[in-house]
Amino acid sequence: MEDLTQIILGHPFFAGLDPEYGRIVCGCARNVRFEAGDYLFRAHAPANELYLLRHGRVALEVTAPERGTLTFQTLGAGEIVGLSWLIPPYRFSYDARALELVRAIAMDAACLRAKCEADHDLGYEMMKRFTPVLLRRLQATRLQILDVYGPHG
Amino acid sequence: MADDPMLPRVARVRRRRRDGPQVWTLETEPEGGSLAAFAAGQFNMLTAFGVGEVPISVSGDPAEPGRLLHTIRAVGPVSTALTRLEAGAALGIRGPFGAGWPMSEAAGRDVVIVAGGLGLAPLRPALYRLLAERPRYGRIVLLYGTRGPEEILFRREIESWRRRLDIDIEVTVDHATAAWHGHVGVVTTLLARAGFDPHQALALVCGPEIMMRFAAAALGEAGVADEAIWLAVERNMKCGIGHCGHCQLGPVLVCRDGPVFRYDRLRTLLPVKEM
Ligand SMILES: Cc1cc2nc3c(=O)[nH]c(=O)nc-3n(C[C@H](O)[C@H](O)[C@H](O)COP(=O)(O)OP(=O)(O)OC[C@H]3O[C@@H](n4cnc5c(N)ncnc54)[C@H](O)[C@@H]3O)c2cc1C
Ligand code: FES
Repeated sequence: MEDLTQIILGHPFFAGLDPEYGRIVCGCARNVRFEAGDYLFRAHAPANELYLLRHGRVALEVTAPERGTLTFQTLGAGEIVGLSWLIPPYRFSYDARALELVRAIAMDAACLRAKCEADHDLGYEMMKRFTPVLLRRLQATRLQILDVYGPHG
Repeated sequence: MADDPMLPRVARVRRRRRDGPQVWTLETEPEGGSLAAFAAGQFNMLTAFGVGEVPISVSGDPAEPGRLLHTIRAVGPVSTALTRLEAGAALGIRGPFGAGWPMSEAAGRDVVIVAGGLGLAPLRPALYRLLAERPRYGRIVLLYGTRGPEEILFRREIESWRRRLDIDIEVTVDHATAAWHGHVGVVTTLLARAGFDPHQALALVCGPEIMMRFAAAALGEAGVADEAIWLAVERNMKCGIGHCGHCQLGPVLVCRDGPVFRYDRLRTLLPVKEM
């Protein structure tokens, strides 16, 4: 448990987190590993977990009729996968597939939400960490939608 | 006569090579000998006879002025006509013009090159110089983003640079099928993983303007000062030599004072509508 807390505190997403909070969120965490090709989760499944990536890369994919499976983002060590844990109806909207051996910390979403609800200071701390990730992904998505490298870039 | 900067020289296409969808690199040979030596980041005005004249960056090695390369994407009448020229065909050329990449400022520092799409073409001459004089620089990092795997410019060359141990190269695409095993996401996402010292690095950025603004912001977030970020901008041009005012951007003329500018001098001049 102590080791896991240290791993969590050492992950860039939790950089600078109060160690006491580290111990609290650790109660929702477990170590996981996925082989290349394994799915961390599939689209439409309940968002029961989010993942702090420690090693390996993950592709976020959508399947479009007649276009097959498209990767719209890859994520690697130090990043997080599974933002849907935070927002009702807590369902994933895309697939997340390991591109190679992936080691991660899985955090139980219901457990984390309950702890944030019970201690709003912790909840606010989590919000401050998730919001910039959401914003960066939103901006990246805008850039992708603008198709800046197209003929009218 | 040959010294009149408004008078194009006739050149012949020596070789033409496809470098992506709608993108061709022309190797040209001016009749009557080479043009003046060019610096990395400079451009020439190319004429497709009977169609028109457009500015195009030199994409070859400044150390090989006899091998004059331009990488052109067909977007409209002139660029399309240029990309259709076969070996032996004639075109007009005048230049080189403009202020290029600050190569002398890069000495002794880490150099981070952030390129988007066709923006890699004007940066390739800088890469040739950096690699040819490798010991003069700290870490060299190339972060390249483009639309999809099939649009990666100079792919074979990137692959061969990647085999070198003294340059870090990351390529990302906006979207891909499962056949692509590299990064997917915008080019700024590569910055967080790139190992360079932001406090002494020099950043060279070229790509679509929106991408450059995002890249400059992300470099700033990573700790690179505006004074250490250089961007190449594009504006419509006519004379290319600071006479007609066509390429004016606030108080500067892009053809004469640029196209490469330091970000602290440029940032207030670029349209800054929030996204
Ligand atoms: C300093 C400088 C260096 C350049 N270097 C290169 C280069 O190395 N390779 C290259 O292919 N181009 C380069 N360009 C851009 C090139 O000059 C233009 O693509 C060209 O002028 C288009 O002329 P056209 O007659 O073919 O098309 P136009 O009829 O002028 O334009 C056709 C369509 O393309 C769009 N368009 C025009 N310019 C651009 C552009 N820059 N990017 C995207 N869409 C555009 C227009 O909005 C229009 O919709 C450079 C421009 C500058 C100012
Ligand atoms: S193109 Fe004429 S002043 Fe720049």
